[in-house]
Amino acid sequence: MPERAATLAEAARLRGLFEAAGAQSVETSVLQPAEVLLDLYGEDIRARAYVTSDALRGEQMLRPDFTVPVVQMHMEHGAEPARYTYSGEVFRRQEEDARRPNEYVQVGFEIFERDAPETADAEVFSMFFNILHPLRLRAATGDIGILMAAVDGLRTTDRRKAALRRHIWRPRRFRALIERFSGRAPVPETRAALLSARDPMAGAGPLIGLRGEDEIISRINALREDAQTDPISETEVDLLDAILAVRETSPNALERLRDIAVDMAAIQGAVDRLARRLEALDGRGIDIGALDFEASYGRTQMEYYDGFVFGFHAENRPDLPPVATGGRYDALTRHLGQGREIPAVGGVIRPGLVLDLGGVS
Amino acid sequence: MSLKLGVPSKGRLMDKTVEWFARHGIELGRSGSDREYAGYVKGIDGVELVLLSAGEIPRELATGRIHLGVTGTDLIREKLGQWEQQVEELAPLGFGQADLVIAVPHAWVDVNTLDDLDAAAAAFRLRHGFRLRIATKYHRLVREFLREAGVADYQLVDSQGATEGTIKNETAEAIADITSTGDTLRANHLKILEDGLILKSQATLCRARAAALSDAERATLGELRARLGVD
Repeated sequence: MPERAATLAEAARLRGLFEAAGAQSVETSVLQPAEVLLDLYGEDIRARAYVTSDALRGEQMLRPDFTVPVVQMHMEHGAEPARYTYSGEVFRRQEEDARRPNEYVQVGFEIFERDAPETADAEVFSMFFNILHPLRLRAATGDIGILMAAVDGLRTTDRRKAALRRHIWRPRRFRALIERFSGRAPVPETRAALLSARDPMAGAGPLIGLRGEDEIISRINALREDAQTDPISETEVDLLDAILAVRETSPNALERLRDIAVDMAAIQGAVDRLARRLEALDGRGIDIGALDFEASYGRTQMEYYDGFVFGFHAENRPDLPPVATGGRYDALTRHLGQGREIPAVGGVIRPGLVLDLGGVS
Repeated sequence: MSLKLGVPSKGRLMDKTVEWFARHGIELGRSGSDREYAGYVKGIDGVELVLLSAGEIPRELATGRIHLGVTGTDLIREKLGQWEQQVEELAPLGFGQADLVIAVPHAWVDVNTLDDLDAAAAAFRLRHGFRLRIATKYHRLVREFLREAGVADYQLVDSQGATEGTIKNETAEAIADITSTGDTLRANHLKILEDGLILKSQATLCRARAAALSDAERATLGELRARLGVD
């Protein structure tokens, strides 16, 4: 690990590059209200963030990332369009691997802009690409939006689509749902018994707790309805699998996805967006013929990203986490904006890792 | 210096531990009055008894302040990150058996598996505006288990005792707690999810990997292990 002073100096230098590109420098508090982060990420965030508390403000978290406070700040009083940069420590609990730092510096760049999202995607990516170029990292890209569009386009009930959408970022549960909805997984015995019971509440015993009988009945009705629903077709499952398996250089990936879109028209819009993004990247001098695209990239790590995603990896140092990561998070702004929303894309670099790998200046 | 053996300072766990050592010809006891937390060891030289709360034994092992300790595997796994690197489990002692399980109200006829719990949690959040609460004192184990299973839209609420009562009191909708026979769960109108077994625990003799040993202590440890049959 490089010295802290060197890391901070590198962070300041990187932030300067983003400022020179028109980004406004912003600061956020280290202590963040836990409620917002818990609501957004769920219980898992407690395994990753340090929680502290006082008797007045209740639970607070040591900033696990900048995205949430920066989005909140923008939603409250930001002008549009906006470009922001920031740098500072983030804090991550490490309970499994003591070699991983629990505090490190990030430098970020975010664009909030309504028009031409693909142009903004390309702007963010090419900034990172050019800054990190001397390190000869492998750039990985993906697009969660394509899988989301495929789910939305399935010929099945809204309830099933909602269940799948909810687990896009949990591939194992997503797969289990697909197996069940397509009829490949057998119905569990207890479920079959419940569905065939004349009075499912017979023998239930006393009702205790907040979840009431109406909620239980409503779920049983939903399960009965679901049991009457046709399975998701073999063809559609194969198409989903085909999308998830796309892993090629960008132009080939685009061709492959266009082929899939012939049979699954629902992804056409998302594939067109990918095409426009590649065009914009090409326009910024990125060699898209050498740029990797993986349709399932970012599904396990980057839960609030819902469109373009990218990461820069040191291939000869598999022990290191990605040097930079980023992506589009339109839904996050909707969630934090309480009714308002704005398309947003951005990413972070870890200056400590940049120096570890020999530096770029 | 002597080899330090940490043993639970009260209750059934202490009594059973004393019995287990006695079966191997080693007598553990409290010196002075019943209230005093100092002990003696007879039948082997160079071993010092340290009476501790069972919940503190994992931490004392991790820091190496005691060389050996008796505690539940549930507590070792909950309290120590990467526990395998900090302690070695020498022998299960055959008592203190308890399962850490996820339980929900028996009346939830629609919830029998983790899959059901996940779906019920999603609907619950929509209806009530907050995440379904699971009361437990085993935060790490439960969180890891549910993450692995892909259950979302829940939150853990801390409960250090009488956890089965939290549902009736409406401070939680489900619980994750240890049970040995399931009687308390049944008496509180709760049922265990079919795939809700998180961990099978029992009292276990553990060795601290980090505790430094002098030559004399190493020899004592060797003799003790031979006597206990845990080579």
